[in-house]
Amino acid sequence: MVQEKIAVVTELKPAVENEVGLGDYQYGFHDSTDKYVFTARKGLDREIVEKISEIKNEPAWMREFRLRALEIFFKKPMPTWGGDMSHLNFQDIHYYVRASAAQEKNWDDVPEDIRRTYDRLGIPEAEKKYLAGVKAQYESEVVYGSLQEDLAKQGVIFTDTDSALREHTDLFREYFGKVIPSSDNKFAALNSAVWSGGSFIYVPKGVQIDFPLQAYFRINSESMGQFERTLIIVDEGASVHYVEGCTAPTYSSESLHSAVVEIIVKRGARCRYTTIQNWSNNVYNLVTKRAMAYGDSLMEWVDGNLGSKLTMKYPAIYLMEPGARGETLSIAFAGKGQHQDAGAKMVHCAPHTYSRIISKSISKSGGRASYRGLAKIANGAKHCKSSVVCDALILDPQSRSDTYPYIEIDEDDVTIEHEASVSKISEEQLFYLKSRGLSEAEASSMIVTGFIEPLVKELPMEYAVEMNRLIELQMEGSVG
Amino acid sequence: MSSVLKIEKLWVAIDDKQILKGVDLEVRQGEIHALMGPNGSGKSTLAYALMGHPKYEVTEGTISIDGVSLNELEPDARARMGLFLAFQYPVTIPGVKVADFLRHAVSNIRNPERKEGEGLLPMRDFRKELRSRMDELGIEQEFARRYLNDGFSGGEKKRMEILQLAMLRPRFAILDETDSGLDSDAVRFVSEAISRLSGPDMAIIIITHHERLLEINKPQQTHVMLAGRIVEHGDARLAHELHDQGYAGIRARHPDVAAEEEAQAVKNETHAVVKT
Repeated sequence: MVQEKIAVVTELKPAVENEVGLGDYQYGFHDSTDKYVFTARKGLDREIVEKISEIKNEPAWMREFRLRALEIFFKKPMPTWGGDMSHLNFQDIHYYVRASAAQEKNWDDVPEDIRRTYDRLGIPEAEKKYLAGVKAQYESEVVYGSLQEDLAKQGVIFTDTDSALREHTDLFREYFGKVIPSSDNKFAALNSAVWSGGSFIYVPKGVQIDFPLQAYFRINSESMGQFERTLIIVDEGASVHYVEGCTAPTYSSESLHSAVVEIIVKRGARCRYTTIQNWSNNVYNLVTKRAMAYGDSLMEWVDGNLGSKLTMKYPAIYLMEPGARGETLSIAFAGKGQHQDAGAKMVHCAPHTYSRIISKSISKSGGRASYRGLAKIANGAKHCKSSVVCDALILDPQSRSDTYPYIEIDEDDVTIEHEASVSKISEEQLFYLKSRGLSEAEASSMIVTGFIEPLVKELPMEYAVEMNRLIELQMEGSVG
Repeated sequence: MSSVLKIEKLWVAIDDKQILKGVDLEVRQGEIHALMGPNGSGKSTLAYALMGHPKYEVTEGTISIDGVSLNELEPDARARMGLFLAFQYPVTIPGVKVADFLRHAVSNIRNPERKEGEGLLPMRDFRKELRSRMDELGIEQEFARRYLNDGFSGGEKKRMEILQLAMLRPRFAILDETDSGLDSDAVRFVSEAISRLSGPDMAIIIITHHERLLEINKPQQTHVMLAGRIVEHGDARLAHELHDQGYAGIRARHPDVAAEEEAQAVKNETHAVVKT
């Protein structure tokens, strides 16, 4: 029996005009780019791809992999759905920038201007206790990273993807490009051709890592694309929580971020992947993320999208064997001139698999937030359960929210639930809070913070604080 | 010197429909007033208008505290001047913890000049105070971590209003049917809590249909509303009489206003029929 509960979709025209303007972007500073060791010329062709491979001193098979991907990229048409990419000029982008000649061993050795940038983002304070395990990506190459010794002793590999290719070649080759082949989509092909950096994690059988592994990513050069490639393998019965957060300075010309993240969660394993992205308002953020979850495993994506000009990101989970569970929590905030086209995909390939998608979006000052999701249940995947809840909050009449829920079911004996709601900040809520002495801006900010709280509380403490601070900054400068 | 809340010739309209038609009322700090009257007589309208709800338009008259007009002030500015409204239907704010909300509210009320982004009340002091207020009111500590009014029962919502009253310590508190929808134990609880909170620093205007709240909190003055006006003033005995005999006597003593009330009711009914 197909149970399809479509809950009431309330389309409310916002009546309250909240004069909440988008504050100036806070991280609008950038370091001098003079010190970069190598910057490829703008544009994309075989020569550039060969050059990247040569600089990295890669084996022939990787060079071939890149070149094949480049062919696919050129052949694939641009997607005609999602956001507006008509201003994206692939030939006007640097595809490789290397910020520092060699990887640094510890924090003190990291060049000062790079450290200062991190300081201004408040990263070291929040991260000190995790510092030993941090892989921080600055530009296209990992410049800082060390791994806690006890993890190494347990056989955990946490390194940048380039090093993994060199040092763990067999493991790397077994999984690389298997979850997301180059031919998957145009941007996966682009990443496959020019990828650089990213994290590589392998957690051996039965190893439970009880603190989050973290990485910071940052774009810092005009018209520079960042194409990191992350590969995570969680072996049977193991568990890991990987966290990445991004923030970028403001630049006038367009920038492109197109990452690929591949995850394999084996039998009985757990993986949670948490992202907070806060690109500056000129960045096209076009990311392909996919996980394969095997028997009785649990895969969770926690995905926070703020900033960027256009984000198109739909973390996917393929539930491959019975007992596999997938969960995606997605938060999107679309401010002035921004389009967040985000969501999730759940593909049930086996019976007795379960998935849940919870999406919250906020749009403000003319921003547009779209939920785009897929729940697919393959023929024969009986007794599956999938639920989707998406709530949108629209803060003013100029802003927009859309929901595109796709449901494909080739099997009868399943349960599918879909609920969607669109709301505005109600006059009664504002009045109630104001009657207790909160200003209009404080009240709005509090309501928005409350709206995303169920998701924010899933974040590690310091990220939750950061997320709330970012929301406050977005809401600030509003009234009076 | 005690403060005075003064309402003079107040006319209030909602969506161009005149609800209050010249209300005069003077309340001194430390006094207890009962505001009574049949449904639709304008009691809640007066409460909302005092607090500054944007839909309630003051078309004539003034509201002032110690001579300072509130007419043009936003609700938050009124709250910072010491006005408080306990809502008949408290609003749910999902995802906002009671403690976080109260810390913001208390910080603003105690420091009316506080600018956005300036420090809140120190966490330790605030928590300590909140804990003892909750203990005094018999509210479980777990409430502080719940989302504001989210999934609260009717009684819990009313207790939450009283907790806010206790934390904000206003000069003038309006309780809009705080006793409605409560069982008798809950009414006793609320009555006793109000009695403990009231004193020379706080005036309380109790809007109610029942007598229970007034038994413990004996009003110095009772005001009766009919069709948007205050038609009678009295003391605690008036409240007692209304409770016993209803509003028939009031209507009989004010036939013109009662006729107006009747005409309005017919109009509303016709309006409702047309609507459906």
